[in-house]
Amino acid sequence: MSLQSYPLISDWITVRDGCLLVHTGKVDIGQRISTALVQIAHEELTVSWERISIAPVRTGHAPDEGITSGSNSIEQSGHALRCAATTLRDRLIALAASQHGGDSSDWQLSDGVLQLKGTNHRIDLIDLIPSLAADTPIELDHLPAPRSTLPHPKMRGLRDMVKGTYAFIHDLDRPGMLHARVVRPPHAKAVLKDITADTVAKLEQANFSIVRDGSFLAIAGAQEWPVIKAATKLANACDWDLQGGLPEDDVFAKLSLENAQRFLVVDATPTDADIPEPDPSPDHAARFERPYQMHGSLAPSAALAHWTDNKLTLHSHSQGIYPLRESIADSFGLETEHVEITHVPGSGCYGHSGADDAAFEACLVARALPDTPILLKWTREDEHAWEPYAPAMAVDLAANVTDGKVTAYSADVFSDTHRGRPRPGPNRTGPARLLANHFRADPIGPIPASPNLGRHAGMHRNLEPIYNFPKSRLVKNLVRDLPLRTSAMRCLGAAVNILALESFMDEIARQQSVSPIAFRRSHLDDPRALAVLSELERQIETRPDLADGVGRGIAYAQYKNQMTRVGVCVELTVNDHAEVQLLEALIVADAGRIVDADGLTAQLEGGFLQGASWVLYEQVDWDRDGIQSRDWDSYPVIRFDNVPNIKVQLLDQPDMPSVGAGEASPGPTMAAIANALFEATGLRMRRMPFTAEAIMQKATTL
Amino acid sequence: MSLSLKVNGKTHQVTSEPDTPLIYVLRDELGLKGTKLGCGLEQCGACAVLVDGEVVMSCVSAVETFESKEITTIESIADTDIGRRVQDAFVETSAAQCGYCTAGLVVATTALLSSTPKPDKDSVTQALTPHICRCGSHPRVLRAVERAAEK
Repeated sequence: MSLQSYPLISDWITVRDGCLLVHTGKVDIGQRISTALVQIAHEELTVSWERISIAPVRTGHAPDEGITSGSNSIEQSGHALRCAATTLRDRLIALAASQHGGDSSDWQLSDGVLQLKGTNHRIDLIDLIPSLAADTPIELDHLPAPRSTLPHPKMRGLRDMVKGTYAFIHDLDRPGMLHARVVRPPHAKAVLKDITADTVAKLEQANFSIVRDGSFLAIAGAQEWPVIKAATKLANACDWDLQGGLPEDDVFAKLSLENAQRFLVVDATPTDADIPEPDPSPDHAARFERPYQMHGSLAPSAALAHWTDNKLTLHSHSQGIYPLRESIADSFGLETEHVEITHVPGSGCYGHSGADDAAFEACLVARALPDTPILLKWTREDEHAWEPYAPAMAVDLAANVTDGKVTAYSADVFSDTHRGRPRPGPNRTGPARLLANHFRADPIGPIPASPNLGRHAGMHRNLEPIYNFPKSRLVKNLVRDLPLRTSAMRCLGAAVNILALESFMDEIARQQSVSPIAFRRSHLDDPRALAVLSELERQIETRPDLADGVGRGIAYAQYKNQMTRVGVCVELTVNDHAEVQLLEALIVADAGRIVDADGLTAQLEGGFLQGASWVLYEQVDWDRDGIQSRDWDSYPVIRFDNVPNIKVQLLDQPDMPSVGAGEASPGPTMAAIANALFEATGLRMRRMPFTAEAIMQKATTL
Repeated sequence: MSLSLKVNGKTHQVTSEPDTPLIYVLRDELGLKGTKLGCGLEQCGACAVLVDGEVVMSCVSAVETFESKEITTIESIADTDIGRRVQDAFVETSAAQCGYCTAGLVVATTALLSSTPKPDKDSVTQALTPHICRCGSHPRVLRAVERAAEK
């Protein structure tokens, strides 16, 4: 999509002040995409790192590449940039030859300089770029530069991060800027009835500005801490109609056939085809479950908005500045061009966090207080209680096995929507998915979720097994009207689908008395998958024998069955408090041609730890009074006291396309942990998270 | 009304209300934005600073309790050899992803190596467990601590 919409070299690479300027619509969210992009430009054009920079990602300027998500940045932006760079390189060489003589093959390029062989004739490549017509199209048939060693580019921004000088959205400052906070309802159903007039008057006398639109309430003032205190006073002065409170449903009971809109999934794509009945007596059957979980960004979301005349200037850490721009413009009835959004980094988001909602809330305050820059920040409690969660999910699996092989496989996945990002669509989808619009006097949304019918999208990502099962029956079951707002979190459905399939494979392999690697291998014929498993096996063979009480588990997956292939091995033990202690981890991965070996490794390690955190610790709790997971005590996550030794082995494929890896390791990590836990304890845990309490409870059922 | 606060070797007369948590004075009044707010509850470590050489979360305690103490923020961590070494080690091991937890971790590691130049695994775990990293840069941070301690 990136190349089709932006087919010119100058859409991706221009020259400014004697340096290459790389243009992208993808944003840095801790995954090092900008480092990878600079590396790609460097590889193809040989220009030194110091002379390559990345243009600000701003609406109206940057290519519109939708949302930075789905591990797609390398395949979209990275691929487009590589094609632009290879075309540019070959065109410049041809230009040099036509202007200065010699054959194209007589010109050599190194360190950003073209030189005619056997002469002293040298041309700086960057100086030559302006001679190329601005509308020169990208061609797809130029070969990438060969390389022999793994690239290890330096991570952009790292030195600033360790010095504390890397600028996050929270650090922005403007003359005359006001700080703003939102006063939240107790929960999503509550309606603001009244605010004590006396409190409002006192706060306004103290120079605070109060902005109210229906049940949306915010306060702004010149200094941050006084605003925080004033927000508490204002909150205490609010009278809410609680509308009966949040439903206290058992969400796992709700994730069932009778509540679902159902689709037969064929070739990883939902269809209207008739859904065959499942085998009433399969050889193996099991249900796997995940509760609501949160992205839990370390930094609460924030945004800087400035409304002047009829123009809105916004700085946001949104993953999708173009769809957000349309959604905000539609919310206010503005022309899209009158909204400009510049991306500024927030902390890691792992999907659709509070970023877009905070951005819109800043705009609401800025509209009420025009000509004043508004820096609106969410609190920790805001982020925990109001971000759109990863939906609770369930996966029902069944299989028949003959002669040691799975002959028939069935998977029913149940979930609320993973698609809650603000983006244009029917029924004003964009505005309807901005939280504050639900609370305004003239509310927009929420609207019912529509099924995502894309390939490997939403809950059915990686529902299709990677293994050669002769028969499979795959069903997507969309369940709406569940208690909590949900959207996209890293991996979407893939994490749970892979946990389910890879736990199930382990169970069947054990019953067949076959090693888990051999069992998987017997259902695979993709040579690159087999190579990953062989390398994993080889690495395991070098490990010492397991100590008493230590369990080892493995899992394999290929993200969306078409991106990075990952094998994971985990060794763990369970301590006297029934807590899982992670000891060792091996990760073997094939992500095609490696662009940034260290960045790829970091993504695999980071995915491992996030997957481990999800499967061992994380669960959003709520009751009729609202969300109960409102801080890091009530929503524990993995910390430094449970970090295993992690060894990552990359299998480079220099002649294959580069594929994204940001979401490749969490799924197999969760399954490898489940499988190791079974080996250590004999307990087959199928409902996340595997907390000490859950493990003890499971043990009592044995 | 003002109170006297010694930050990074310089004494400042600050005018924020005395009940203001230290981090808002550092960031908003003194412009030292390297210290990050993660929770405001002393649960995540993003806001760590050194107070008389000890790691302190700056997001809750009122600024008035820091009068007559020596505060060091990430901005002047590199003033000591150990701090510089720690920063270099974080860079050499790429011990960050989004970078939001990084300043707090650099501060905590500097304090650890100042008091315990060759920390064992348990001391490292104990020093870093108050800090949350959501991106999963933990293995690299642990390597950075090791590397800084080796030098």
